[in-house]
Amino acid sequence: MPILEVENLSISFNQYTAGLRRKNIQVISSLHVTLEAGEILAVVGASGSGKSLLAHAILGILPDNALVSGTIKYNGEVLNASTQASLRGKEIALIPQSTNYLDPLMRVGNQVRTSVKTGDATVAQRAVFKRLHLQQSVEKMYPFQLSGGMARRTLLSTAIVSDAKVIIADEPTPGLDPVVMKEALNNFREFADNGCAVMLITHDIESALTIADKIAVFYAGTTVEVAPVEDFTGNGESLRHPYSKALWRALPQNDFIPIPGSQPHPSALPTGCLFAPRCTMATPACSEKQPDMQNIRDGMVRCMHAT
Amino acid sequence: MRLEAKNIGFRYGNGPWLFQHVNLTVEPGEIVGLTGPSGRGKTTLCRILSGYEKALEGNVTIGGLPIASKGVHPVQLVFQHPEKAVNPRWKMGKVLNEGGRPDIELLDLLGIEQEWLTRWPGELSGGELQRFCVARALGAGTRFLIADEMTTMLDAITQAQIWHAVMEIAKKREMGIIVVSHEAKLVQRLCDRVITLTDPN
Repeated sequence: MPILEVENLSISFNQYTAGLRRKNIQVISSLHVTLEAGEILAVVGASGSGKSLLAHAILGILPDNALVSGTIKYNGEVLNASTQASLRGKEIALIPQSTNYLDPLMRVGNQVRTSVKTGDATVAQRAVFKRLHLQQSVEKMYPFQLSGGMARRTLLSTAIVSDAKVIIADEPTPGLDPVVMKEALNNFREFADNGCAVMLITHDIESALTIADKIAVFYAGTTVEVAPVEDFTGNGESLRHPYSKALWRALPQNDFIPIPGSQPHPSALPTGCLFAPRCTMATPACSEKQPDMQNIRDGMVRCMHAT
Repeated sequence: MRLEAKNIGFRYGNGPWLFQHVNLTVEPGEIVGLTGPSGRGKTTLCRILSGYEKALEGNVTIGGLPIASKGVHPVQLVFQHPEKAVNPRWKMGKVLNEGGRPDIELLDLLGIEQEWLTRWPGELSGGELQRFCVARALGAGTRFLIADEMTTMLDAITQAQIWHAVMEIAKKREMGIIVVSHEAKLVQRLCDRVITLTDPN
């Protein structure tokens, strides 16, 4: 049984336009993700494709003007606002994307200690700082005294010392140098190997490949493909969706060749396949309706031309 | 007109020296990578080169002359977070023309659509906003561009789009670029040579 299961999730925001007039903007539509125990799922995709919103929806920390539909299950139980509140920070931990999430008025050592639930908090905090190459003097510092990478490591520490079963890491690696990055990623792998699960939201496909089991590719608020990591190889022939292939080829270590155009704005989504306007394989049928998720070769894809 | 930093030293307040005796030269048209572990002062060095901070030791010159404290700074910095680098209460057209009017050709190259100019910053994605920040930094007076983790927050396709445009402009204008990034593969792909900022001790 999956430890975390997101089914048919849709998120929209109610926004005021002019005066008292409001409009509803759909930002995530019919999204499916499952996370098994012992597994690391990497979530990659265009910036603004709803990756962070998914994380916030799971934890139930979206702003008040958000409308959420669909179901999120944790250990087979459907989550609601009160169960989410009791799970977050205990069973499900978030490593937020922005280092602004640190308390600006509290020394960072103390911040990390507050999330230790069992055992000696100070010992646990010092051990994790050592592991992530933070000097002991850092624990006495305030967030404004830290560099970007140090603040990032403090956020990582907070999740690592908690006894969470699921870690949702939202872009945990920007600003980290390779040594620390490797240490952080190894930590996630160990965590998963101990029977927990990690959802790793990232742009860094290369390092995701080194630790993840599966990769979910997001585009314009939906999952276009879920593939095992082994498929991200060569020229991307084994990938199923044209967007995943384009993303793979655009990496600096591959061809570094971009496709033209940009992801559609949530207020002006195309009617059919969301990627059709930029797709070289698009046929008239693609713009009629959004294709359903189908299982192909041990993975899932949302494209009618996929083989 | 080479950019030259000699013997630069900097510290915040009375704290320990962040770095000292840093030397760096960038020739026109040259693409230089700057890497190093986090917390060693890469961003601070960029801020000194582009005139946001003043070095406590040493000096920065262009073509052997100190940089004028008035007018357009010939070294322009593009930051990691575009959403923090634009005024949220200005429409994008005003943001774009903040430091002079960039030519249409540049906008086309960067893929900036006319329709975006009437939007608010909150209505664009990070990748779209970053294109504006790049266009704004590439005014006629810019001799050197510093990209401080410019595309770290962007997906690979947007990253490749922006870098292809920037490299083309740099080539055409004989502009020097400093690329600050932890992504070894990106630095390897773009740069002529790489400088690593090491421990001051």
